[in-house]
Amino acid sequence: MNTTPGGWLLILAVLLPFLGVMLGLVLGGRRAQHLAALILPLGLAIAVGIAATWLQTDGAVVYVLGGWTPPLGIALRADGPAVVMIGAIALVVCAIGVYARADFGLAAGAPEARAPLVYWLLLMAVWGSLNLVFVSGDLFTLYVALELLTFSGVPLVCLDGRGETLRSALRYLLFALAGSILYLLGAVLLYGGYGTLDIALLADSVAPEPIAWAAAALMTVGLLAKTALFPLHIWLPPAHAGAPAAASAVLSALVIKGSWFLVVRLWFDVMPNVVTLPSAQLLAAMGAMAIVVGSVVALRQERLKLLVAYSTVAQIGYLFLMFPLAFDATGSALAQDAALTAGVLQAVAHATAKAGMFMAAGLIYVALGHDRISDLAGVARAMPVTVITFVVSGVALMGVVPSGAYLAKKLLLDAADQSGQWWWTIVLQGGAVFTAGYVVLFLVSVLRRPAEPLVPAKRVARSSELAALALSVTSLLLALAALGPVSGDLVSNPLAPKEIGTTLLVLLGGALLAFMLARQPPTGPAGAAAGAASASIRRLLSPVGSAFEGADGYVRRWPSASIGLVTLAVLFGWLLVHGSGG
Amino acid sequence: MSDATAFGLCASALIGLGLYGLIVNPQPLRKILAFNVIGSGVFMLFGAIARRGAAAGMGGDPVPQALLITGIVVAFSATALAVALLLRLHAATGTATLATDPPPPAPDRDA
Repeated sequence: MNTTPGGWLLILAVLLPFLGVMLGLVLGGRRAQHLAALILPLGLAIAVGIAATWLQTDGAVVYVLGGWTPPLGIALRADGPAVVMIGAIALVVCAIGVYARADFGLAAGAPEARAPLVYWLLLMAVWGSLNLVFVSGDLFTLYVALELLTFSGVPLVCLDGRGETLRSALRYLLFALAGSILYLLGAVLLYGGYGTLDIALLADSVAPEPIAWAAAALMTVGLLAKTALFPLHIWLPPAHAGAPAAASAVLSALVIKGSWFLVVRLWFDVMPNVVTLPSAQLLAAMGAMAIVVGSVVALRQERLKLLVAYSTVAQIGYLFLMFPLAFDATGSALAQDAALTAGVLQAVAHATAKAGMFMAAGLIYVALGHDRISDLAGVARAMPVTVITFVVSGVALMGVVPSGAYLAKKLLLDAADQSGQWWWTIVLQGGAVFTAGYVVLFLVSVLRRPAEPLVPAKRVARSSELAALALSVTSLLLALAALGPVSGDLVSNPLAPKEIGTTLLVLLGGALLAFMLARQPPTGPAGAAAGAASASIRRLLSPVGSAFEGADGYVRRWPSASIGLVTLAVLFGWLLVHGSGG
Repeated sequence: MSDATAFGLCASALIGLGLYGLIVNPQPLRKILAFNVIGSGVFMLFGAIARRGAAAGMGGDPVPQALLITGIVVAFSATALAVALLLRLHAATGTATLATDPPPPAPDRDA
């Protein structure tokens, strides 16, 4: 393995953000935002450069550090998924940077504060760590990258320094540390078994045997804890409750993608012949539970910010549906095919749409001074761009043509058909209805006519609104952009009767769900008409919603979450042993 | 029993003890300590693996030792960050608990 032409770009992609962090720390205060304004576009240019280099390279872009080849040295590698993620993350970081200038930019003459400096430094640190996760070629460097990501993600939770947010941050840090130590233990076991941690070398030598099973189970569960996949999402909702929107967007759109990507690396690149179909089914079953519980609890939130946070819990579930669908019909080994493409596409679609959604929710909070869903009447008239952003993000996540989520869903449905796993078809189709549910809930709330005209307490910056809108639209049009690498006529005309019919059906189902499960039913002309008849249905379904909330509260307690962590590790181990037929 | 096996067993015991502490201790400081106990177990296991991999006249495989140092630095930084957060939490609220129970959900308004 040798350094390929343009391999130095990988080094630059990792070092530039960290260089920014160190310079920003030295320069301090007011200059940090100007430095970020310089580093962010530069980093985007590097990401474009890496993509261009990759297109001309046969296989992956590689840089061998110091000329020492693995197993003694360390190599950085960027393959297809890594290049796509680097590009997508660079785009999202730049948009968040534009958005955050309103929140964390210091006006000339204003006194310097701690939060803006810390925010800009952490934004760059998260970015650098993520790039390192994407290009790392060995499992120990990945461990370091993952820890860097956690260390830069945790303080984002408690930027304002209130007691409640500090508690959320500490809880996040402790649970993430429990996850990373399990990952490290798995990596150590792999080194003990095979004498290397280089991904390519490991893939050649790893065999389905006890030490590989133990390592796979420990590493997978450790990473799931960091990704906040249900029922290990203990830290996610409280972390978002108190964080500013610009920080929430970073946490939800970017930070969790790092550990998710690592699960993908582990399963597809390191041990495709060790993982088994039953263990992949467990992974996707957790994803399906995340979709159902996350969505129902999202519908019952009183604050818009928490609604979006819980919808993130549900969206994380989608990212894990691809694992069983990546197995071929015999179910014997993971094949890198359409399912992996779909997974990466889903991740990019989610990163863009969810960042846009958090920004929109944040803008509404800034403008009104609160984000109670029941008091949003009149917002649609006062802030049309922001409302459109939120709805476009929601529609993109629902998987309407031509969004990235649509193409991902289509690829996964095809894979489900081919491998005969019909049950995932139901989950894939049903998930969109839940997403439609909270889009409808939001839309009905903001479209209501207020008693007196709404006067926003504060004007929001136009640049922030446009940055959020740009991300949402990107997610909605992603399928068109992705058609280069994915061949075939997969994207149909969005105005074809069949597509419109499906969309309407999904929206109708969502409206029904929102109506039955929301804490406060969306009242409108339709709601009033159905009022009396539906009261009894709602009374019947209200305990169901409360039960979901209770279950969510229970699994988010520390003892149940940490016992769940250990139990899941044992379960994965058992399924790996059992599924191998040995 | 060889050296490596004895150290490996000790490491497993440390990891088990640490996991137990991490699960049952409600105080954050004890959780941080438990994390460090697990970490020590993992590092010890890595050391035992290095010893087992000794070859070519060397006392041990040098690669794990290099990784170990890095791992210890990472664990130290993690501990420092956690303790700093805990101190700030105590300064801000006067308590140092994670308050593991979320508040019960509010009753439905129309039920």
